[in-house]
Amino acid sequence: MAHDTLRARPRDPRAAGAGGGRAGALLRRWDTAVVLALVAVVVGAALLVDGFATGRNAEFLLLDAVAIGLVALPVTLIVVTGEIDLSVASTLGLCSAVMGQLWLSGWPLELIVPAAVALGAVLGAVNGLFVTGFGLPSLAVTIGTLAAYRGLAFVVLGDRAVADFPGDWTDAAISTVPGGALPWAMVATALLAAGFGVVLHATPFGRELFALGSNAEAARFSGVAVRRHKFWLFVACGAVSGLAGVYWTLRYASARADNGEGLELAVVAAVLLGGVSIFGGRGTLLGVCAGVLLLGALRNALQLADVPSDTLDIVTGSLLIVSVVAPNAVARLRARRTRARPPSGPGAPGAPAPGRRPSPAPPSGERNP
Amino acid sequence: MSAAAAGAGTRRAWAVRELGVLLALVLLVAVTAADNSRFLSAQSVRDVLLSASILIVLAVGQTVVVLTRNIDLSAGSVLGLAAFATGTLFASAPGTPIPLAVLAGVGIGALCGLLNGALVALARVPALVITLGTLYVLRGVGHSWASGDQINAADMPGAFLDLGTATLLGVPVLALLAAAVLLVVATWLSSYRSGRELYAIGSEPAAARLSGIPVGRRVFTAFLVSGSLAGLAGVLYAARYGTVDATAGTGLELQVVAAVVVGGVAIFGGSGTAWGAALGALLLTTIGSSLAVLRVDPFWQQAVVGALILAAIGLDRLLAARTAAGAARARGRAGPPPERADSTAGAGGRGTGRKAGNHGA
Repeated sequence: MAHDTLRARPRDPRAAGAGGGRAGALLRRWDTAVVLALVAVVVGAALLVDGFATGRNAEFLLLDAVAIGLVALPVTLIVVTGEIDLSVASTLGLCSAVMGQLWLSGWPLELIVPAAVALGAVLGAVNGLFVTGFGLPSLAVTIGTLAAYRGLAFVVLGDRAVADFPGDWTDAAISTVPGGALPWAMVATALLAAGFGVVLHATPFGRELFALGSNAEAARFSGVAVRRHKFWLFVACGAVSGLAGVYWTLRYASARADNGEGLELAVVAAVLLGGVSIFGGRGTLLGVCAGVLLLGALRNALQLADVPSDTLDIVTGSLLIVSVVAPNAVARLRARRTRARPPSGPGAPGAPAPGRRPSPAPPSGERNP
Repeated sequence: MSAAAAGAGTRRAWAVRELGVLLALVLLVAVTAADNSRFLSAQSVRDVLLSASILIVLAVGQTVVVLTRNIDLSAGSVLGLAAFATGTLFASAPGTPIPLAVLAGVGIGALCGLLNGALVALARVPALVITLGTLYVLRGVGHSWASGDQINAADMPGAFLDLGTATLLGVPVLALLAAAVLLVVATWLSSYRSGRELYAIGSEPAAARLSGIPVGRRVFTAFLVSGSLAGLAGVLYAARYGTVDATAGTGLELQVVAAVVVGGVAIFGGSGTAWGAALGALLLTTIGSSLAVLRVDPFWQQAVVGALILAAIGLDRLLAARTAAGAARARGRAGPPPERADSTAGAGGRGTGRKAGNHGA
């Protein structure tokens, strides 16, 4: 099935909006739908949930979203190329553990922080080497390094916690823009997101990522340096995960080997919810940012509304499932209606594509048997 | 079919593949036993077998799904749910006959598998996404059902708990059960048409569909099997540990996938055996107890497991490349490709359809 993604074009909002009703066009622009859902959740929660619309709560919500948001940026690019990185949370944990160990051995934080980010880059390079150098499936490789890096984190720091970081550093991690509820960390994350967005959507490099996610072989034949691109994406992903490890350590003022455990699933959930196709070749960074904030706001609002924390898992999982099942179900319904009536316009999709999203304008030769 | 003769080359590579895992296992046991002879005592072997049984049942179920180029990440959550359900059944209806409780646990697992299978069939997106979703959902359902409660050994009948520790002729009953499951599934996969078709689906879904295999139904069955076995594993978990809360099986999904990958089942489907997966599960469990006996820092265990996964998939790749090179040489010498028949039967296909960039489908 994964071979059937040739149709995927980077993104083509105007073509997507050409046919079908307004709701259909909206669904086809998945990131618009996620942004609207985010707005709806925030407005709804502000009206219905006591304590949601306060500066203090907004601050917490945004602080919580930083780590997931950071890691989601490079993961988005990786998933766009059709690969995946499940080792991000373990990289975060290992970098945090090494931070703690270096602090114990007397290094100054001015050196520790770049060292942690560099370590992250090295760990990412190991992933990249296995995937591109040896041609191994990234899913299997990063399940391996997920275990290996987390294990090394425990080897480095054991089950100790290092918590005596200087107060001005830990305060800096949670400080806000003067007079507002906006943490500086979120400002930095937003800037980084803008950078990743420009790279993905406005540079030849970004276009090549979509191309190789749509069809790696075709991209290779047209001169895209498939392996080098992927390698550097994994390096960037490791470095950003290391940065997230630094943030995590300072924010909670605690370096621990189990920091960020399980975060990889939340990140993948946010990326997929944000409309990035797991097949590669499709997705926007805007959608992913909205996905990260949507999950964060939803959890936050439900927690404030005293909904038991177990329900949060159910909501997260259901959202993820609905976000991938609904577009296909809609496409299939539409296809059935189109088949009943004569085709009404150039934008009306024919048979449902086997991929994730109803494709904007499938070539007529691609109907399924 | 001429597949028997034709596939000899691939099959030899396979023998090496599973032999490698077995060799690693034997080596590990030998080194550990040399350091401490009590590692080979009956009691210690029984302990390892007991711990491995649950993982083996899960890994066998996972194999069936992975063969079809899918994955079931919800296995750990299903185990937790089934374990808690079994415990609750005993606690609320003390007289429940044990076979009925086992059936209930398996039934819960089957329902979860049904849900996964239906969603995968409906959405036509990689099972990775769907089962990541059901991992959360089922875990949440388990948590809100248990709402902090815990089922204790006192709530379960002694005969059921005995199942977790009892032995038959010196072999733990749990291990015998796991062996029975392994035997049934391995036979199905190797000797029955519907089982063989799973290999064909995993090797090349489009080709399988064109050749008339009911792909949707087979994939659905695979998820049903995986869910049911995860449910059975949940029952075994309850019997083995006696205490069950909603967190049972948390994080187990990655261990199961690790066992399957180490055991030589290709993550992109189409090749591997239940035997290999079971060996992988046994190896992972043995590492844990070996490190303890060798007085290695227990913190190393996870790092070793990770390194092992990387080594296993690396070796897998190496063998695939070697087999492909050998086949190419043979083709150059002897005209038409002899391995054709075999690869349609699905036993070949190492390296086919495994291009980088297509994770899951």
